[in-house]
Amino acid sequence: MSELRPKLVGARVKRVEDPRLLTGHGSFTDDRRASRMLHVAFRRSEHSHARIASIDARAAAKLPGVIGVFTAADLETAMKPVRAPSRMSTYQATEMHALAKDKVRYVGEPIVAVVAENRYLAEDALEAMDIEFDALPTVIDPEAAILPDAPLLHDALGSNVLLAREFTRGDVETALAEAPVRVRARLRFSRKSPLAIENRTYLAEYDEGRGALTLYSSTQVPGILRDALAEIFDMPGHRLRVIAADVGGGFGGKGSLYAEEIVVCALARRLGRPVKFTSDRLEDLATTSQGFDEIVEGELGLDTEGRILALRADVIGDVGAYSIYPWTAALEPVQVISFLPGPYKIPAYRGRVQAVATSKAPTGPYRGVGRPVSTFVTERLLDMAARELAIDPVEIRQRNFVGKDEFPYKTSSGIVWDQASFSECLARARDEIGYEAFRKEQVEARAAGRLLGIGFASYAELTGIGSRISAAPGMPINTGTEISTVKIDSTGSVTAAFGIASHGQGLETTLAQVIADELGARFEDVHVIQGDSAAVAHSTGTYASRSAVLAGGAATMAAQALREKVVRLASHLLEASPGDIHVDNGRIFVAGTDRGMTFKQLARAVYSEMGRIPMELREDLEATKQYDPVFGTTTSATHVAVVEIDPATYQVKPLSYVVVEDCGKIINPLIVDGQVHGGVAQGIGAALFEKVVYDDRGQLLTASLVDYVVPAASEIPPMQVFHLETESPSTVGGFRGMGEGGTIGAPAAIANAVSDALAQFGVEVTELPVTPEQIFQAVRAANSQERK
Amino acid sequence: MSAPKVIQMTVNGVAYERAVEPRLLLADFLRETLGLTGTHVGCEHGICGACTVLVNGHSMRACLLFAIQLDGASVETVESLGTIENLHPLQQSFREHHALQCGFCTPGMLMTGIDLLRKRPLATDEEIRDGLSGNLCRCTGYEHIVAAIRAAASKREETAA
Repeated sequence: MSELRPKLVGARVKRVEDPRLLTGHGSFTDDRRASRMLHVAFRRSEHSHARIASIDARAAAKLPGVIGVFTAADLETAMKPVRAPSRMSTYQATEMHALAKDKVRYVGEPIVAVVAENRYLAEDALEAMDIEFDALPTVIDPEAAILPDAPLLHDALGSNVLLAREFTRGDVETALAEAPVRVRARLRFSRKSPLAIENRTYLAEYDEGRGALTLYSSTQVPGILRDALAEIFDMPGHRLRVIAADVGGGFGGKGSLYAEEIVVCALARRLGRPVKFTSDRLEDLATTSQGFDEIVEGELGLDTEGRILALRADVIGDVGAYSIYPWTAALEPVQVISFLPGPYKIPAYRGRVQAVATSKAPTGPYRGVGRPVSTFVTERLLDMAARELAIDPVEIRQRNFVGKDEFPYKTSSGIVWDQASFSECLARARDEIGYEAFRKEQVEARAAGRLLGIGFASYAELTGIGSRISAAPGMPINTGTEISTVKIDSTGSVTAAFGIASHGQGLETTLAQVIADELGARFEDVHVIQGDSAAVAHSTGTYASRSAVLAGGAATMAAQALREKVVRLASHLLEASPGDIHVDNGRIFVAGTDRGMTFKQLARAVYSEMGRIPMELREDLEATKQYDPVFGTTTSATHVAVVEIDPATYQVKPLSYVVVEDCGKIINPLIVDGQVHGGVAQGIGAALFEKVVYDDRGQLLTASLVDYVVPAASEIPPMQVFHLETESPSTVGGFRGMGEGGTIGAPAAIANAVSDALAQFGVEVTELPVTPEQIFQAVRAANSQERK
Repeated sequence: MSAPKVIQMTVNGVAYERAVEPRLLLADFLRETLGLTGTHVGCEHGICGACTVLVNGHSMRACLLFAIQLDGASVETVESLGTIENLHPLQQSFREHHALQCGFCTPGMLMTGIDLLRKRPLATDEEIRDGLSGNLCRCTGYEHIVAAIRAAASKREETAA
């Protein structure tokens, strides 16, 4: 009887989401139908930068099935423009109108909304309108856009530089000048598309009788949207609800407020009918927030033993046309200089960044934010230094890591690592990949004319960030807390409500595991509500590797508080002292006896059999807790990639891949492995295939999946993931966030492996993606250099 | 726009007769006309494979076919596999191996997987990866999908033996 159920946290529990998703019973936004539903399509800018001279949409309005045609002027009084505020002193906000007003600033920017009976008819009408533009000079090259005589994207701002920031520790110039060994490089990480397989889709329903607006959205951030829409439409939050039911991937691309979300809401209110927008892949590639896009001039100074003396980096972040809401243009570029020191001790550091507006789609959060780029830069420079010094790449990292006894450690950019397993991750990764055996094989392969390479990348990330640090530097909204309400209803079933929004992470499963353990409930009795802004009083959503830490912490606290209530009530009902009451797997019992009751019996006693508990002892079976990790915690990992380059075509083939990571206490190993695999594949895509290309006229050349290539199963190697599971000293439950890590380590590991494979030519990869063409040119240049 | 034409199509064993516009995509016919929203649309240009269905027993992209082309055809969608209570062995294998995360590409992966299991030996993981190369997944990195199909393939051999 007192045989307790093993803990669910830590077990490979099969996901509760799966049966519906496997059988076609998911509820993605586009699956939803409402009676009298209309569809909206957007006429978008074909210009990169132009003044809108005139719009004539009379012909479109007369087409069969067209309900209405709307421009900025038609909806101006219905919705306020969007500005993303920041506390940063150098920051300039941009003003974005949901439908472009006066000017367009990137190809794809929405100008006119056409509402029709169905999507085919709405799209037909897009052709039946004339928009005259006065073209303006494009703003494409971010380095040129900084110059004082550059054409201005936002006339009111006086400059295209939306912010500048600098972090300094020590005297970096002197330290570099005195360093016996210096390596420097200009490194480029090109623009990416998050590319969730589900395109962005929105459905707004307006209940005129109640004055209530519901937005079904493929979003990661229902809470942020609810709060923003309340401002934009000047409505109280209780009349606005944002629901993200099933969402088909996000990767950051669904983590911001979009013009189309505002427009469907405005139109549903205006027309009194449900309005749906389903974007296509062209619209996704042209308008979903893009990622990264930085140029980094970096220099590393070391002593002759390979110890780092100084790191200097000048970063230009090409942020696109607008400073995105709510994250601002600071999000990605500032994180690059925050995380460049990574897991290393760097006595002198200076990171400078400028975020520059260009006439391209806005950038926003992308899985890893800043750290895929900072890790690429630091790990590349370290490998270059290792080569210069003839020190093994594993050894040079071990010599520079923040040591076991040095935590908490404040890095030279000011980030604090509470505790992490830098050295342990690398040592294990070295063993798991079979490093020595590989080096022998590599020598033999080289002799046989084969190009094999191995690349390591170690990194640290700040996850589960609490209220003392904004998830985006300078952003004034609180991203550091989450709320959970757990209750037992009158049937004895458990409902746990959260504001986080799963879009593949399996949070309905992992949070139910936590609650079942902490409350003592049966797993199958716990229902998790998520992805609904009305579920709790405040929330933001799921991004920045935060949900397991923040919602998991809140779940732990709320479930424990509810368990205390259960114990108090049961101690009265079972006539035992609270210390003798056990709650496990849905049963409440007195230790060492056969006296007990189920949750259902307890619920009946509490809610229905009103004579059983005296008035003064009554309590509801519900608890709400807010969790704030205050600073957050550290997740660490080492990635190792082995690649082979075809000496005839220079095609890079990843052969094997090992990740050793420490994400603290693991809730569900199946899910953690899946997150790492997916992140690595995305990072391999970033390293070898994916690149958003705009030409000089600002036209998007990668507007289909033929041109924007993401890896398929045949391009991804088998992966092995190992876990160290050191519980975080800083978070409730000991969890550390891990949703982004794969994408952080993989680009650097691949870049280092490709460079290693090309070591005989002295080629160093400085640009990602690295393509066969680039390798061919680099090898050819190296060969001709040698001939001279 | 031309006038609608009446077609007959058997979908998951049920015979339908519907008037369709010539330009109506099979994907929209399934989702909008019949309300079978299990088939997902990810790119509308035949690359991502999310809309993969079986047409007369062969895997095809529902976004590259017009419904009107399929007069008299038999179509199988994800809804033809198992139910929530009684998953198909491949669906079961996907669940056991955590071969899905957001679930958006999953219907296409399953239908491609069914086609592969019916027709190919799938002797190596390389052959499975090659067979899946027309279906994009952005969440899983494919590792668990390959494992799920591998397991289903070996069970297939067991049952055949």
